[in-house]
Amino acid sequence: MDWIGSLVLIAVGAMLINNFVLYYFVGICPFIGVSRRVDMAFGMGLAVTFVISIAALLSWAFTYFLLRPNAPLAVAVWEAVSPGSAANVDLSILSYIIYIFVIASSVQFVEMYVRKFFPALYKSFGIFLPLITTNCAILFACLEILKRVAGAKPAEVWGLHQALTLALFGGLGFTLAIVLMAGIREELDFADVPVHLRGAGITFIVAGILALAFMGFTGVDRSLAAVLLR
Amino acid sequence: MSAHQPTAAERFLQGIIPENPIYRQLLGLCPTLAVTNGMRAAMTMAGATAFVLICASVLTSLIRGLLKPHLRILVFTLTIAAFVTIADRFLAAYMYAMSKQLGPYIPLIIVNCIIISRCEVCSSKQGVFTAAADAGGVSLGFALALASIATVREILGAGTWFGLRVMPAVWPDWVVMVLPPGAFLTLGLLLGGANWIRAAREKRRGASRAA
Repeated sequence: MDWIGSLVLIAVGAMLINNFVLYYFVGICPFIGVSRRVDMAFGMGLAVTFVISIAALLSWAFTYFLLRPNAPLAVAVWEAVSPGSAANVDLSILSYIIYIFVIASSVQFVEMYVRKFFPALYKSFGIFLPLITTNCAILFACLEILKRVAGAKPAEVWGLHQALTLALFGGLGFTLAIVLMAGIREELDFADVPVHLRGAGITFIVAGILALAFMGFTGVDRSLAAVLLR
Repeated sequence: MSAHQPTAAERFLQGIIPENPIYRQLLGLCPTLAVTNGMRAAMTMAGATAFVLICASVLTSLIRGLLKPHLRILVFTLTIAAFVTIADRFLAAYMYAMSKQLGPYIPLIIVNCIIISRCEVCSSKQGVFTAAADAGGVSLGFALALASIATVREILGAGTWFGLRVMPAVWPDWVVMVLPPGAFLTLGLLLGGANWIRAAREKRRGASRAA
């Protein structure tokens, strides 16, 4: 029960309480740029969710086995090169470079795979895929995983299931936010907005009001924890 | 395509106001919203971004002859990631509290679209000096934009500026301004204000030309 309960807490936290867009401000560029129509926004949201999960899987594996202090693979290499030198192996200085490499290459592979095997899907969201490489939400998820794997106490190191839950529900939270935004912007087309605020200005103000609404979820995690982790 | 190539000085000035990365190009919005709840954090962020932008521009300009078209974006991001690692370690060593406060937003400089767009548009095609001037101008424009947002948010939200009390003691701090919603509202209104000023100036210029 605790096992599922902690995953539910991570999921609710990533999707609603600390929404990637409205709380951490990552992924603002597509949030502003691709939120003009609901169907486009939904496609973008799903593409991000998909890529973010794959990137989380890879970055968790890299962090767990290679980058964190005393990671098994790094220790094995150190021992093989010069026995006895593996006392404090820490490759986490390389993490940013490796993450960006992982994200860029996984986006490339996903794009190629989808184009080859799912042409219809590629037509509908393929155009967003290259844009996602520089989407900060993906790197942000990797960094959160780094924090929980490399920076945590040994007993609290995140497993793969926790990392994937964070990524999947973070992506779904992004989808929720961008679809809500697109729905509001479709209606805004009929509103009489002051001329200088049209475009980005009013979008940010609407996003501010959305963020205010999402602040209502603050504290939900504490009562959930009380129920789930008795 | 215009025949006139802007000089280094013109590129420097272009980056500050006319092509301001935040207000005119809407680039690099994540750090703009996230770290502008106080002037100290905003200026540290601007400094770190300027360091990475200038170093990465100079380096891409130096290696521009070796770049292969299909690999250039990857090379840009890896270059930027290396400099961001340097900046991150520097902050962690000398400004530990600030580095804790900025948290993930320092590594997120890697995916700041301002830097990649300058590498793509300017420094991979121009000489070192021009690239550095361009990067300096854009960094200054970015710092100005961050300062404008942070000033509004810190004064209204905490009653202070750079940590010094500026509002009278009776001022009820608008806490929402230092929380996430305040970032969106401030940026939205400031963007509207910037558009308004620009439209008014253009109208005046048009009127003087007609007369």
